[in-house]
Amino acid sequence: MLGRTANDLFWLSRYVERAENMARLLEVGYRIVLLPREGQGFHEEWRSTLESTGCAESYERKFGQINTRDVVDFLLFDPDNPSSIYSCLSAARRNARAQRTAMTRDMWECLNSSWLEFSAIKPESVTSNALPGLLDWIRGRSALFRGTMLNTILRNDTYYFSQLGTFLERADNTARILDVKYYVLLPSSEVVGGGIDNFQWVAILRSVSAHRSYRWVYKENYKPWRIAEYLILNKQMPRSLGYSYVEVETALEGLGDYYHHRQACQATVANTVTLLDCGDINAIFQSGLHEFLQDFIARNNKLGAEIADTYHFSG
Amino acid sequence: MVTSYFDEMYGSGGTVRQPYAMVAEWLGTQRVADLKSKHDEAEALFRRTGITFSVYNDNAPAERLIPFDIVPRIISASEWRQLSAGIEQRVRALNAFMYDIYHRQEILKAGRIPAELIVQNEAFVPEMIGVEPPLGIYSHIIGIDIVRTSENEFLVLEDNTRTPSGVSYMLENRETMMHMFPDLFSRNRVAPVENYPINLLRTLESVAPRGLDREPVIAVLTPGLYNSAYFEHAFLADEMGVEIVEGRDLVVRDGALHMQTTLGLRQVDVLYRRIDDDFLDPLVFRKDSMLGVPGVMDVYRSGRTTIVNAPGAGIADDKAIYSYIPEIIEFYTGRAPILKNVPTRNCRRPDDLAYVLENLDKLVVKEVHGSGGYGMLVGPAASAAEIEAFRRKLTARPSNYIAQPTLALSTCPTLVDAGLAPRHLDLRPFVLIGDQVRLVPGGLTRVALRQGSLVVNSSQGGGTKDTWVLQD
Repeated sequence: MLGRTANDLFWLSRYVERAENMARLLEVGYRIVLLPREGQGFHEEWRSTLESTGCAESYERKFGQINTRDVVDFLLFDPDNPSSIYSCLSAARRNARAQRTAMTRDMWECLNSSWLEFSAIKPESVTSNALPGLLDWIRGRSALFRGTMLNTILRNDTYYFSQLGTFLERADNTARILDVKYYVLLPSSEVVGGGIDNFQWVAILRSVSAHRSYRWVYKENYKPWRIAEYLILNKQMPRSLGYSYVEVETALEGLGDYYHHRQACQATVANTVTLLDCGDINAIFQSGLHEFLQDFIARNNKLGAEIADTYHFSG
Repeated sequence: MVTSYFDEMYGSGGTVRQPYAMVAEWLGTQRVADLKSKHDEAEALFRRTGITFSVYNDNAPAERLIPFDIVPRIISASEWRQLSAGIEQRVRALNAFMYDIYHRQEILKAGRIPAELIVQNEAFVPEMIGVEPPLGIYSHIIGIDIVRTSENEFLVLEDNTRTPSGVSYMLENRETMMHMFPDLFSRNRVAPVENYPINLLRTLESVAPRGLDREPVIAVLTPGLYNSAYFEHAFLADEMGVEIVEGRDLVVRDGALHMQTTLGLRQVDVLYRRIDDDFLDPLVFRKDSMLGVPGVMDVYRSGRTTIVNAPGAGIADDKAIYSYIPEIIEFYTGRAPILKNVPTRNCRRPDDLAYVLENLDKLVVKEVHGSGGYGMLVGPAASAAEIEAFRRKLTARPSNYIAQPTLALSTCPTLVDAGLAPRHLDLRPFVLIGDQVRLVPGGLTRVALRQGSLVVNSSQGGGTKDTWVLQD
């Protein structure tokens, strides 16, 4: 496989995953903004959404003030924002077009029709009433693409590079969401808390589609350290850091086997997997949740770069 | 000015010709509204599959569909036998001509073609002199543009010996028709075209460097995503199961051509390039080319990688050479051409130029190096001002132009806004030359969708039709 093909497949998966996460974050942000609240509370909510998607600075530069309509447009449709859903789908489709030969016809058609439909939407036609439907649709298209991929792609390097893209991106997203909101999970906020914090906790779970499954797993009310444990360490949870790294490790092993050559990045990923395996949420809180997440995000980035180096593609 | 045209379905007399009997009967039972909804369905299919080409208007690239017409163009078995014999003769002669031109130049010594027409030609590549391409073949994939002017007259309008495109439309048009009208195929014996990609692969394998101790590694070289024919490049690579590469994926190392893979460098043995000679190697041709591979010409000349079609193959489809093709065929095959040329005037000859200037309103004038229907004048359809503007260009650089009579291109019923109406068309069969000549029965039929228009190029608003060759 060409190094460029590996690069395009890897990023294609990342973009699709990123678009889906963006849709989820928008959905949650919008929900919270709708809650009855004193004053300008929605500012804080949108600010943290912008921060967890890494768009805060570019938004600030372009608009200055936070305004729901602007934020929604910026995150959904703005071609100037490289993380907007528009930019993600456009880039995913461009990569897919460049790698038509590496993907199945079903995958290509799924992505191509998603792009054709999405790019035909006029931003001004997306009223507040239409927004939830559109966000649902985006998540649905992303799920359809993943499903189509899993059901049609050959289990060779095309598959492994796609899986790596998906799960490195997912781990990064979940870690960022937690990091931006870590203060609402800190023990002290339980006391200061009250209604809002409870909503915030649920919002965190919702942004990774985990508010129902939490109850199945823990059979108790939302507790901040449980939420953190769930999203960081629990491997039953398909968007947790722990689970994402099980997939990353599996894909790297698959590549090593497929190419008959064990690579150093397999050892790197094993380190992080061990860290998550042996992790204890109390210890993590004690030494600092924020520090832990920052360290994880850095490790995750480094692993991405190491994979690109190893397999002769650079992002 | 021609007033009546030969119609593929109705001939010259108005009665349905035999090859079209079944389709004419079927069309008679269809309502125009139903045909139109079928047409829309077909276009939706093309868009979803991404069968688009890029056009550049106002510098903004846009993806367009080539309009697809659902009424097939049909060729009988006996017509095809005639055509394929003529095509095979022609492509063998063209390759013999190129071998000669880049070696002993006997045809020039014999005085059959003026030498300055070759040596001063931009399409002539001196770096190719003395190079021995595998099997002596220069142009492995040739698209021959053929027009029909009467029941028995097929004429070659143009040869495309560099990087002819359109074959993916031939294949996708058939897929679409079979998907939408399976009935028609069960009632007509239509020869399949689906072997083209495997034939292409066999052809490429057959010209791999001699003495390889492994299966040849083949790659398709594309200028990239934004090229107008990108879909086709990816389509062919996918169908053949070979890599599609860009210049930046390739590198010359230790005298061999390699592509950069996830496992490091891998040698490439046959490069099916879909970029022009000019961009192939910045060390030899255009120095600013970002699309090619520095050093690839040296690798090619040393015989370690085969480039398909060979650099310099454009010398055979130059429009100034075109008028000499009948002589070329006779010179190298010893026989008269089976397929005739359109009578052509070379404006470099003073008497021809005088004639052309006299008759601009009746002639089609083309640039010698132009393609895609750009830069040409269709006299009968042009305004007086357009003719005058063209006259100035022609007088300034006569040798840059050739002229042909306005041909009575045949028509075929085509679905337009008002219903079914005759529209002019041509035919481009794709022929493969390697260890043998391979020609799938069919080709790309291009149709001029505007009433009365004779320009079928997709860049000028032309559409395509599925092309059926019937079996006996």
